[in-house]
Amino acid sequence: MLRLLNIELHKLRYNRAAKVISIIYFVLITFIALISSIEFNFGDFHFRVADQGIFNFPYIWHFNTYIAAILKLFLAIVIVSMVSNEYSYRTLKQNLIDGLSKKEFILSKFFTVLLFAAVSTIFIFFVSLILGLLFSDYKEIGIIFSGLQYIGAYFLKLVAFFSFCLFLGILVKRSAFALGFLIIWQIVEWLAYGLMKWQIFKDSEIADHVSRIFPLNAMANLIKEPFSRLGAIQSAATQLGENFSKTYEVGFLNMLIVLIWTGLFMYWSYAILKRRDL
Amino acid sequence: MSHILTISNLTKKYGSLTAVDNLSFTIEKGNVYGILGPNGSGKSTTLGIVLNVVNKTEGHFHWFDGNTSTHDALKKVGAIIEHPNFYPYMTAVQNLQLVCKIKQVTEERISEKLELVGLLDRKDSKFSSFSLGMKQRLAIASALLNNPEILILDEPTNGLDPQGIHQIREIIKKIASQGTTILLASHLLDEVEKVCSHVVILRKGVSLYSGLVDGMNASHGFLTMQSNDMEALKQALEQNPAFGSFKRQGEYLIAYLKQPMDPSEVNEFLFQKGIVLSHFVKRKESLEEQFLELTKQK
Repeated sequence: MLRLLNIELHKLRYNRAAKVISIIYFVLITFIALISSIEFNFGDFHFRVADQGIFNFPYIWHFNTYIAAILKLFLAIVIVSMVSNEYSYRTLKQNLIDGLSKKEFILSKFFTVLLFAAVSTIFIFFVSLILGLLFSDYKEIGIIFSGLQYIGAYFLKLVAFFSFCLFLGILVKRSAFALGFLIIWQIVEWLAYGLMKWQIFKDSEIADHVSRIFPLNAMANLIKEPFSRLGAIQSAATQLGENFSKTYEVGFLNMLIVLIWTGLFMYWSYAILKRRDL
Repeated sequence: MSHILTISNLTKKYGSLTAVDNLSFTIEKGNVYGILGPNGSGKSTTLGIVLNVVNKTEGHFHWFDGNTSTHDALKKVGAIIEHPNFYPYMTAVQNLQLVCKIKQVTEERISEKLELVGLLDRKDSKFSSFSLGMKQRLAIASALLNNPEILILDEPTNGLDPQGIHQIREIIKKIASQGTTILLASHLLDEVEKVCSHVVILRKGVSLYSGLVDGMNASHGFLTMQSNDMEALKQALEQNPAFGSFKRQGEYLIAYLKQPMDPSEVNEFLFQKGIVLSHFVKRKESLEEQFLELTKQK
């Protein structure tokens, strides 16, 4: 396993574009901390984001993983290009001739995906921990480490998303087209949901149940939007007579669906590569 | 002698097109083999199959004694297919380090191999800055990193200028003289003739000939002659059982030998008959003529 990871990292190490994007990605994650410094003044009214409770434990785990997950698109570019480059440089062929098996090739990419996801997760864990310790109103150990399921969900979400990118890279062979395909796929999921919801299965919950198994939707459902959970917004809503009864938990079924998709993407990648003449 | 590669009844179909048709041959240690055939005759496809990048339709092949998986066997093989394929953003050394990692060999030999192909002074230049000849030489260095049991070269001089071709051939000869088995695919006949001891000739995926380069020539050569009295010359030669057929080509008479015969014997024989030659050349068919003869048969 280390050998395969080593091979892939050797390819990435000297790739300037991949290095720059990865660095930007991690810097941007750190910039979540900057949200804390957003302040404004309306006359006498002084507003500071950090005081609104977004950095309170355990809410911070939810909020930070949600925001950081948006940035995964940066690494998606790296992942897609690290596959499509192998096609455009014809180095995939050369790798195989040099004695790498097709399985090892896919595994070396997948291990790299795992590594990227793991490093991101560790990174977001420490950024959140430090921010929380600075700004949280509650600092008891028990509270700090409650809500860590969001960190786990974040890891899972990244692995699944990057596996999808990897699969698209192998399927389409061109990075620009693969990223385009990703966007088109998201639109297809929305359209399919819309069609089911308002045309085919009107007035029923079938559309919601079916759309839960769509890959991108399933990944999105892992960490639900945290904004409506915020104290300030909830109290405002209550005043307007609106009641939120939403669950923000990381669903077990959701995790299972995402894991199955990850497995399928890797299996399909291998199957395509195995069948293809290079 | 130990087998390096055994191919039996290998077939590859692309839809209705049969690129390789029931091909069988064996490669033994220590020889230099050529696969010869016009463009599109299935050379690269055959090599692609044994190198794990093209899926076969039918048949078998195995490396060495047949007990290792193909991708493990390939770690003991050095191969270059058509284009030199490397990561353009890495330097020569970085590219070779990667190959070492894949082949699981030490990185100690990198300098030695770069020296062999004359690229040591450019070792820290990016691959993208190399000329085609340099890329091809880097590919050879890369293929040699594991001190392979067999070196496979597919059209190694394709697209190179005369100096580049010369450099590559010198390198190949140097490697062959060290006892490495070589398999060279080419459509350039003189290339194969100059380097190889054995040859497989392919046409439309079918093997037309497989064996020694010298053995390809079943005839004993031919004589081109000219004399003042061409009719007398022909009559004299027809009496000699050593000659088979005759052909007039312009002012010359071409006589094909049926059995080995020394030119001086012919000269002596004709002199006794009172015929004096003004032009006399004995030649064997070149590989090119034999090749064209073979490939047009079917």
